[in-house]
Amino acid sequence: MTGTADVEAVWRIESARIVAALTRFTGDFGLAEDAAQEAVAEALVSWPRAAPANPAGWLMATAKRRAIDAIRRRTALQDRYALLAADPPVDEEIDPDRIDDDVLALMFISCHPVLSPETRVALTLRVVGGLSSEEIARAFLVPVPTVQARITRGKKTIAAAGVPFELPSAAERRERLGGVLNVIYVIFTEGSTATSGDRLLRPDLAYEAIRLARTLAALRPGEPEAHGLLALCELTAARFPARTGPDGSPILLEDQDRGLWDGSAIRRGLAALAKASPRGLGPYGLQAAIAAAHAAAPSVEATDWDRIVLLYEALGRVAPSPVVELNRAVAVAMATGPEPALAIVEDLIAAGRLPGSHLVPTVRGELLARLGRRPEARAELELAARLCANRRERSVLLRKAATLS
Amino acid sequence: MPKYLLIMRGTDESNAALMANIDELMTTTRRLIEEMDKAGVLLAAEGLDDPDDGVVVDFSTETPVVTDGPYGETKELFGGFFLLDVASKQEAVEWAKRVPSARGSKIEIRRVPGSDEVPRVGE
Repeated sequence: MTGTADVEAVWRIESARIVAALTRFTGDFGLAEDAAQEAVAEALVSWPRAAPANPAGWLMATAKRRAIDAIRRRTALQDRYALLAADPPVDEEIDPDRIDDDVLALMFISCHPVLSPETRVALTLRVVGGLSSEEIARAFLVPVPTVQARITRGKKTIAAAGVPFELPSAAERRERLGGVLNVIYVIFTEGSTATSGDRLLRPDLAYEAIRLARTLAALRPGEPEAHGLLALCELTAARFPARTGPDGSPILLEDQDRGLWDGSAIRRGLAALAKASPRGLGPYGLQAAIAAAHAAAPSVEATDWDRIVLLYEALGRVAPSPVVELNRAVAVAMATGPEPALAIVEDLIAAGRLPGSHLVPTVRGELLARLGRRPEARAELELAARLCANRRERSVLLRKAATLS
Repeated sequence: MPKYLLIMRGTDESNAALMANIDELMTTTRRLIEEMDKAGVLLAAEGLDDPDDGVVVDFSTETPVVTDGPYGETKELFGGFFLLDVASKQEAVEWAKRVPSARGSKIEIRRVPGSDEVPRVGE
């Protein structure tokens, strides 16, 4: 069964460790990433002819050789490079004592604040996730050269900004960890509610985020928010099998067949949530707790909406955002009624929060419909449809608007 | 996203060869499990106890018959498993190649269908 697929499969497993070890070895993240990609390209050519006995070792040794070649080609040889260029041993082994910290350092560097958000996503998926530029391009519906340009520019930015390859200091750790969690969550969100395109869900992309979240939680087990993020992703992804009909059309929460929810994902999510709570829930943990409240309920009517309102209130205090306010309004509508919920939404509109988002008119339209104000509701839902970039969601909104005439 | 079950099977000879270096086996297995965990793919992993101490429940007759001892005549008994959440069958294969083994060891790899793939009533 040897062939191209094997290189990709081995790379998924080894990418983070190899790029991390190589960056540690050379002190140059951009150089390490280039060398790693060259090793992969070489493997694609030579493995079909002669499969190595130790594929991971082969990749590590080849990447190291490529890195040394690149160092030798550089015209200005600093002392450190001269040392490396002078025939160092090219062994195949990765240092087991350092590798965990080095993979963590790799996650931190690919999510560094000097990089643009799109670059952080592309770089993380490439070096930590081991995805190819083609896979990343497909996932985000951008051309392959765009992804490659982002990655190239990202590596240059890291070099120009002098970003060191090390774990952040204690003072920076909270903020930098937040940056990593944010990148993983952006990837997950894109997979679970695609902002554009024809498909509502991209489970493959959501899976990549879950895998990154699991890695982070395994490398930083003492970090509650890492478990909180993992819990949120598992519990949200658990609902995927029920979210689309056979033709790909979206099914709303109240219409979902809960028997299709993935029970093992829910169990894993709840286990992660338990680890997120020892010192009180942070923002991701709170969102996970909300997802857990849904997961525990046999139906929309039987859901503990009062609890969800409390959790949104807490979330609104630790991580305020207009989206949180909007979700709180939806929960208040379910727990109490549409009128107090409408008041929250109208405050949001008055304050000019979330301009141009289809989410606000969607919720406002729903609430107006429940209050029997049908013509206004219809206008809101039609507005929401116009603002919505996802084709599937748009057709749901238009359908709902049509039932109100 | 796709889940695969790696089913470890061994003969008396291959099991004996592995058990002869039990310390090394435990260390290598523990390290592999850690790697799987840190790669974000591990869902579950267990090794099973001696098949001689097991029982078999046979439903061939009206009432089930329970017999002591290993299952049937097969020479390649189920000894343990890994449940992995990986990107492809090929990745499951690559992980399987890293499981400590001896001549005669086999690993069967079977996909676990998602809950939305199970046929529902009325289909």
